[in-house]
Amino acid sequence: MSSTPAVPLLQVKNLRIEFPTRRGNLTAVDDISFDIAAGEVLGVVGESGAGKSLTGAAVIGLLEPPGRIANGEILLAGRRIDNLPFEELRKIRGREIGAIFQDPLTSLNPLYTIGRQIIETIETHLDLTHAQARARAIELLNEVGIPAADRRIDHYPHQFSGGMRQRVVISLALAANPKLIIADEPTTALDVSIQAQIITLIKKLCREHGTAVMLVTHDMGVIAETADRVAVMYAGRIAEIGPVAEVIHSPQHPYTIGLMGAIPSVGDAHERLAQIDGSMPRLSAIPKGCAFNPRCTRVNDVPNHRCTTERPELLPAGKTKAACWLHVSAAAQTDKQAVTA
Amino acid sequence: MIKKSSNVLLEVIDIAKEFDVSKPWLNRVIERQERQILKAVDGVSFTINRGETLSLVGESGCGKSTVARLVCGLYKPSRGSIIFDSVNMADAGADEVQQLRKRFQMIFQDPYASLNPRWRVGKIIAEPLRVHKIATSNADVKQRVDKLLTQVGLSPLDAEKFPHEFSGGQRQRISIARALSSNPEFLVCDEPTSALDVSVQAQILNLMKDLQREFGLTYLFISHNLAVVSHISTRVGVMYLGRLVEVADTKRIFANPQHPYTQMLQSAIPDLKMTGKQRTPVAGEVPNPLTPPTGCAFHPRCPHAFERCKTERPNLIDYEDGGQVACHAVEEKRINIRVAA
Repeated sequence: MSSTPAVPLLQVKNLRIEFPTRRGNLTAVDDISFDIAAGEVLGVVGESGAGKSLTGAAVIGLLEPPGRIANGEILLAGRRIDNLPFEELRKIRGREIGAIFQDPLTSLNPLYTIGRQIIETIETHLDLTHAQARARAIELLNEVGIPAADRRIDHYPHQFSGGMRQRVVISLALAANPKLIIADEPTTALDVSIQAQIITLIKKLCREHGTAVMLVTHDMGVIAETADRVAVMYAGRIAEIGPVAEVIHSPQHPYTIGLMGAIPSVGDAHERLAQIDGSMPRLSAIPKGCAFNPRCTRVNDVPNHRCTTERPELLPAGKTKAACWLHVSAAAQTDKQAVTA
Repeated sequence: MIKKSSNVLLEVIDIAKEFDVSKPWLNRVIERQERQILKAVDGVSFTINRGETLSLVGESGCGKSTVARLVCGLYKPSRGSIIFDSVNMADAGADEVQQLRKRFQMIFQDPYASLNPRWRVGKIIAEPLRVHKIATSNADVKQRVDKLLTQVGLSPLDAEKFPHEFSGGQRQRISIARALSSNPEFLVCDEPTSALDVSVQAQILNLMKDLQREFGLTYLFISHNLAVVSHISTRVGVMYLGRLVEVADTKRIFANPQHPYTQMLQSAIPDLKMTGKQRTPVAGEVPNPLTPPTGCAFHPRCPHAFERCKTERPNLIDYEDGGQVACHAVEEKRINIRVAA
């Protein structure tokens, strides 16, 4: 690996995704920026409609029209990929960025054997003969833990169970040894015991191959076990981003605090869960200022109604970065105290 | 009506439900196939005391939702009896059943499918009132609907709206209001929060707990999410392939699971506290329920299986603290009571 360490594997800068409608543009993802380093697992969490899946789709160039990237850029190893022509992008997809989607039944073609699908991917991206490609496919299936891979390779997707299908999808994503995998809710459709198997597998493979992962999920438990860093999204914006242990143990943004309190966990003797009243705003009616302000319990702690008028930037707060005026004013105050002292 | 002083509200004795999933007659003749019977629920017994919450957990296909439907009378059991407040549902006459039906209601998983999209919310909530002739005059109905809407955290003005105008969480509140409208004592909740985001799930779980305290409700709660179950239940029943494998107090079952399957489920819960505990993924998957393994259905995946497990089906036996477990290894004390690590 001779790439300069200074350039992160993936850079997303000021990304904005819009859906033009008759009643004007809906902004589904609003000015978000983040990086993923080589070999790093970045978790992206949020509730339905937070824009997490769209962000993943934008990176891999699979935004469904009329959705479009209205602003910002996406760089893979320093090279801009969001404005590439379709054919160029097709070469990157699978070769440099792999994808794992939620539903393993719909991401495999039911009419072809899994072998044919994996071999096709390998032959498209790597310079191998058919026999070599088949050998590699069997090797991949072995690696993802499919028993009797040399026989199973000629089976159709319906002959596999849900967990096994998801393993096949993972082997497809890994087929051309990509540097980055976008995993969009890879375990949501699976039972808990299978979920544990798949998570362990993704972790193991990424460590062995040095693959970076953007793990999109709504399940904080999965993130806690898998990710190095986590970005918490709310209404199309990143509310907080930081090392996973920090975000889970000492969240800084009021939304993250609420979210963590709302997750029931085994062994907690709390009578009630912390609850965030209200619901996420519709895309057509995102409030002015901080998008979380109507549900936030601490709006009044910030002077000058700043939360309802001005959108906060992602700034360092504690050991994470949070987009919240509380931390901006707190930082300013401590600065002032430092000056007066 | 003479109230029995018994503390047991619902008793289910050895119920079973079989579905005929055979191919059509002609195919069977040509392909020389036998009839295929799927035993969705195969001999399940439990009791629920007044005011408590019994949860049934298990992976997809274990029969937990079928039990919920049997208890509600949406399916007729193939075998066994359901005794509600000392009345056997199978022996009761039509009038008596009608009287009993008023006293239990159901909340379904998908709040998008369980509300009639062409009815206004007020009419949806009033339906049980009219069916059971609890309120007859329009003014009375309206007054009750308004009160119910307020109880579940919505506004009386919402009665004029249609279901599509609400978010998932609000719709689930409407389902709850409808279920409460006939003043039931007993609610069967089939995955009521599985379709909801965590913050909304917390709202609904809190609401259900509040209502339980206020009206002394009894819940049969079906879920695959162990964290949710540990939060809401008094007792937990674990199901595997149509059978109950363990029933115990919530605290007991999570701190000290007896059955190897329960131990496996417990260790598969994602660790949010990030104690560094490794999830122990268990090899294998749930077998095909059409051809369940002989003996104990869990034996192919069980680390403690031996000869007897392959041939003889274990029955639920009592162990200390009022728990019950169906496992030869536990019975023979081959598994020591595990101390929570």
